[in-house]
Amino acid sequence: MKNIAIIFKREIAAYISSPIVYIFIVFFLILSGVFTFKLSGFFEIGQADLKSFFGWIPWLYLFLIPAISMRLWSEERKSGTIELLFTFPIKIYEAMAGKFLAAWAVITSALLLTFTLPLTVEYLGKPDVGVMIAGYIGSILLSGCYLAIGCFFSASTKNQVISFIFTFVNCLILLLIGFEPFVKFFEGLHLPLWLLTQISNFSFFTHFANIQKGILDVRDIFFFVTFICVSIYCGALILENRKAE
Amino acid sequence: MIKVENLGKYFDNIKAVDGISFEVKKGEVVGFLGPNGAGKTTTMKMLTSFISPTFGTASICGHSIIDDSLSVRKNIGYLPETVAVYSDMRVSAFLDFAAQIRGFDKNERFKKIKSVVDVTNLNSVFNQEIETLSKGYKCRLGLAQAILHDPPVLILDEPTDGLDPNQKHEVRALIRKLSTDKAIIISTHILEEVESVCSRAIIISKGAIAADSTPEKLRSQSSFAGAVDVTFKAAKIGIFELLKGLTSVSQVNQLNNQRYLLLPKSGCNLLEEVISVSTNNGLTISDITVDKGRLDQVFYEITTNS
Repeated sequence: MKNIAIIFKREIAAYISSPIVYIFIVFFLILSGVFTFKLSGFFEIGQADLKSFFGWIPWLYLFLIPAISMRLWSEERKSGTIELLFTFPIKIYEAMAGKFLAAWAVITSALLLTFTLPLTVEYLGKPDVGVMIAGYIGSILLSGCYLAIGCFFSASTKNQVISFIFTFVNCLILLLIGFEPFVKFFEGLHLPLWLLTQISNFSFFTHFANIQKGILDVRDIFFFVTFICVSIYCGALILENRKAE
Repeated sequence: MIKVENLGKYFDNIKAVDGISFEVKKGEVVGFLGPNGAGKTTTMKMLTSFISPTFGTASICGHSIIDDSLSVRKNIGYLPETVAVYSDMRVSAFLDFAAQIRGFDKNERFKKIKSVVDVTNLNSVFNQEIETLSKGYKCRLGLAQAILHDPPVLILDEPTDGLDPNQKHEVRALIRKLSTDKAIIISTHILEEVESVCSRAIIISKGAIAADSTPEKLRSQSSFAGAVDVTFKAAKIGIFELLKGLTSVSQVNQLNNQRYLLLPKSGCNLLEEVISVSTNNGLTISDITVDKGRLDQVFYEITTNS
């Protein structure tokens, strides 16, 4: 645990001193603003909720999170510090978890910087605060899943472009299998019902949508947390084998 | 403290290290010599359990590199070949990070860092960002990180690479100083370094140990060992034949009118014979030296013959 905290602190310090994080935050805020206000017509809808904001989150993260995660291990490999790190007396999963949590903290801070949105809604109408909080929690968990997939692919390859594309495609697939048009498509294939449920159960989108309704179901949270842990564990296993490459 | 048993590593089908065995005791500084690609770095990476061996094993302070890699890493200070340091950090923050990983609390960290900074002369750059440092400073920072926790075993991959002659001198002095209570392995291309810091030299060639001995003994294996370089005061006809007739001589080269280089038959002492034949024949010697052997010659012979 202590080692995870040490790695986490070092990573955070590195993020603060690098421009990439600031670029990420600015991009995230601008894009989420444009999508919410311009494309979804936040004001025109006339509803005091953040549906038009959270609806974009899965798609926005699809591009931004692989961009953060692709650097996680490739930089260490390029500079050779991976050799230093793993000849220190730490376990691979500790390094993996420290790096994951630091990147997750950065992504979460960018998300929390949208606090003006709920404030605006609160000022304009009478929103359901619980639903808004659930929306944020769902978004944080979703970003953790994307990032965990990104961690896995960053550990698997030293090539940043490959890492980006694989993370993007995997997140996209896991989103789409629960996205309505695709669910309809699967239904058209006359697959057995249990299979259909299983497929959509495995989608980020299904669980994200559940939480967006304002219901913090243990099953949804369990899905996200398990997904994150399993991905990181697999990433640590693959890194154990490929750290020296 | 370091025990290597039939350690080997294959990368796909390429043989990098082919079953080497040796031991290093406390107080020894072992120089790893060998041409590029001989397997020095691969061996060091296996000893620090960064990569796992294909066969064989090794132990550091009694801990197996395969089964107990965490204890191995606790007992090792390692300077990788690439001088890996986080270039986005400051020197102070980097050393603090290393000290935290080594499990020291705040007070201990302060003391440890201060002492290694003094020893490696990093005071002047203590608050500087690592990416702005010269190679010499980065290398010393890598060394500082390796000795921070006062490990019983030090593994240094080319510790003086890229340093200027003064810094090389300092680092070698530091290694000598540290060697009293540690087992140290250094790899190097610089043969004079072996002579100045190592108590033992292991020459690796094509993944196998080609020689394991003290630098003095290795030197004496050179075909130049015991060679006599003699200059007479006056040139005289017949000296060449006279020298050629000596019983311990294998070869005589006339370097100029008065100067001759004599190579001995193995195990023979040429010096006494040259002096006695000179005095008996009324020749005055103006200069005479005995070659103690050349490590570079031995290195060349061993690594190109096998």
